[in-house]
Amino acid sequence: MADIHVMREGFLPPKQPPRRHLISIGDLERVDVERLLATASSFSRSLEREVKKLPTLRGRTVVNVFYESSTRTSSSFELAAKRLSADTMSIKAAGSSVDKGESLKDTALTLGAYDPDVIVMRHPQIGAPQLVARYTDAHVVNAGDGKHQHPTQALLDLYTIQAELGPIEGVHVAIVGDVLHSRVARSNVQALVLMGARVTLVGPPPLIPRGIESLGCEVSHDIDAIGAADVVYVLRMQRERMEEGANYVPSLREYTARWGVTPERIRPGQKVMHPGPMNRGVEIDPRVADAPEALIEAQVRAGLVVRMAVLYDLLTTGPVPVEAAEPLEVA
Amino acid sequence: MLFSRTGRKDDLVVRGARVVDPGEGIDRVGDVRVDKGVIAQIGTALDANGHRVIEGEGLVLAPAFVDPHVHLRVPGGEDEETIASGTAAAAAGGYCAILAMPNTDPVVDSASVLGSLIEDARAEATIPVGFLAAITRGQDGAELTEMVELAEQGAAGFSDDGRPIVAPGLMRRALQYHRITDRRLALHCEEPTLSKGGQMHEGAVSAELGFSGYPSVAESVMVERDLSLAAFEQAPLHLLHLSARESVDAVRAAQAKGVTATAEVTPHHLCLTDEAVRSLDSNLKMNPPLRSADDRAALVEGLSDGTISAVATDHAPHLRHEKEVPFEAAPFGVTGLETAFAALYTHLVDPGLLKLETLLERMSAGPARAYGLEPPRIAPGAPANLVLLDTERTWRVQEDGFRSRSANSWLLGQTLRGQVRLTVAAGRTAFAA
Repeated sequence: MADIHVMREGFLPPKQPPRRHLISIGDLERVDVERLLATASSFSRSLEREVKKLPTLRGRTVVNVFYESSTRTSSSFELAAKRLSADTMSIKAAGSSVDKGESLKDTALTLGAYDPDVIVMRHPQIGAPQLVARYTDAHVVNAGDGKHQHPTQALLDLYTIQAELGPIEGVHVAIVGDVLHSRVARSNVQALVLMGARVTLVGPPPLIPRGIESLGCEVSHDIDAIGAADVVYVLRMQRERMEEGANYVPSLREYTARWGVTPERIRPGQKVMHPGPMNRGVEIDPRVADAPEALIEAQVRAGLVVRMAVLYDLLTTGPVPVEAAEPLEVA
Repeated sequence: MLFSRTGRKDDLVVRGARVVDPGEGIDRVGDVRVDKGVIAQIGTALDANGHRVIEGEGLVLAPAFVDPHVHLRVPGGEDEETIASGTAAAAAGGYCAILAMPNTDPVVDSASVLGSLIEDARAEATIPVGFLAAITRGQDGAELTEMVELAEQGAAGFSDDGRPIVAPGLMRRALQYHRITDRRLALHCEEPTLSKGGQMHEGAVSAELGFSGYPSVAESVMVERDLSLAAFEQAPLHLLHLSARESVDAVRAAQAKGVTATAEVTPHHLCLTDEAVRSLDSNLKMNPPLRSADDRAALVEGLSDGTISAVATDHAPHLRHEKEVPFEAAPFGVTGLETAFAALYTHLVDPGLLKLETLLERMSAGPARAYGLEPPRIAPGAPANLVLLDTERTWRVQEDGFRSRSANSWLLGQTLRGQVRLTVAAGRTAFAA
């Protein structure tokens, strides 16, 4: 069963895997999330060994295309692919033919000509990964599209919460800050609600999108609402998305005074998460960020194994029993 | 105010069709004879007089359609549409007259640009076409165009379509000019600070997808302002492409108080809601955006009760590569001339949401009256403006099936019921399937 994933020359699996992408949390059922988290957990055990590389995706090609700046997501995807022995290639929009005005469709066709197995893509516009999926045969993984989705971030956050607090069902998460401009918030609300968590969004009214309650979350404009939560998830104040004169908040000073997550507003034992990069002193007090209750580094570590699990899951046929991950270790 | 190629008028007889003209109170099976482009006789077993005979059994013969809102893209966008291709598309959609919007490059804001368009229409328009001129120079919302001269030159009306007139003071001056131009002002109602950056209707779907919202109130607040100004100046106005319940309510209330306000609605706003945008298909991006199910219900109700008297396609051709981009990067607008009747028959008449007679009236006499044009009618002595419709036939909308130069239709791949079999425009056969 296991060696089916190590492609030998002239050997093809009996059935092509179904064409699948990971573009939105909406693409996943609860069982899919459970399988991905379990696979990630197996990989985390394998990473404790001296030789961290697995042969699982040897001969596969993963292309990372980043149209937006990113440190943790792009490095995490690249390392995840390398740990699984896939060949990787990273393309940044700056310095590429995108600068020469090439359309996304043409970039997709060009990359598709190399027959990559997976295209990991970050793009400032909603729907860019769907468009690329239309023009290539590769599996497309959305590493963030505009304000829409960032599904691997939500999965790594679920993984982090589960590792810390156990089953996600019934956990209460307060997401604080600029929900309006946040793909992380949208993906997390969907993922947490899918797994049976209770979610409360907290922030100034202009930064909470009208109608967001339909996703199954609650909304509060009072920072005291975080008191009841098991996890306080702090969003970055996305200054680069704040159009001039838009008046979402009168000033960062007032934002911090009203909605900043400070030690005074945190209850002992409450866990604090942040997707990074942080604006210390704006949405999160440095004392909170550096406290032992903060899971921020654990999130980054989770990112690696969750992305390994996502790549593994897309490139293997159908649901794979979790145990199958174990014998894959290099002898 | 309408211009087209001239040529020989037709002689023909349509036999055994269900002849429906709500305005004339006609709904019966019979024959219609056209002599030299003029309706000569309505009856049964009419003598063909040697005319071409068209078998109409099982089909509906109605006054041909009038589209008050088309983007012909000339001058400046000839790769997307031309007068020839746009009027051919309109004829295939059952239209006997269309009005073209002035948001071209250059903008139709001077008698010279308008004059050259009229000249082109006389050379290449398959069906009569009228041209609206801009209300403000360059549609910049700052200075009025020379509206009197433009009206004398043949402008069918005035509009800054695509852009609102933001300043109320300027809007008022434009309404005052109606007293001497006698041409309708057609208004694109959008409050730009409320719609800024908006990609789709602001609601639960935009909240989930992350798109910047374009709320209903961005439209209705301007509808209410313009109705107030029209009431104050006692000038009539026409409201373009309504999308929100609040706008329909405001128009209904103003009409009840005696304001001469007409309004139009597009097939896509009548058939779809913002839920459709979940597909992220750029052919579902339009301005105003698709709104909620409640807004859609209000639009259908408004069309049914006559608050909205016209169906307008807002036919907005775009090149294929312009729409083959992520939703946010795509231009607003979809085509509609060749699919309007079938879409509305399939989505409204067939499921019982709208009567066929009402749809026929709102696609023909309703829009004609809004701009003071002679309504097409089936009556002896009237010019022959006829459409023959097959309401049983189904067909599939395909990218290569359009006469329009563009194929950015929200209906691609859909199977529709209702097909245009024959269009007679100004006494001449403009289309035959």
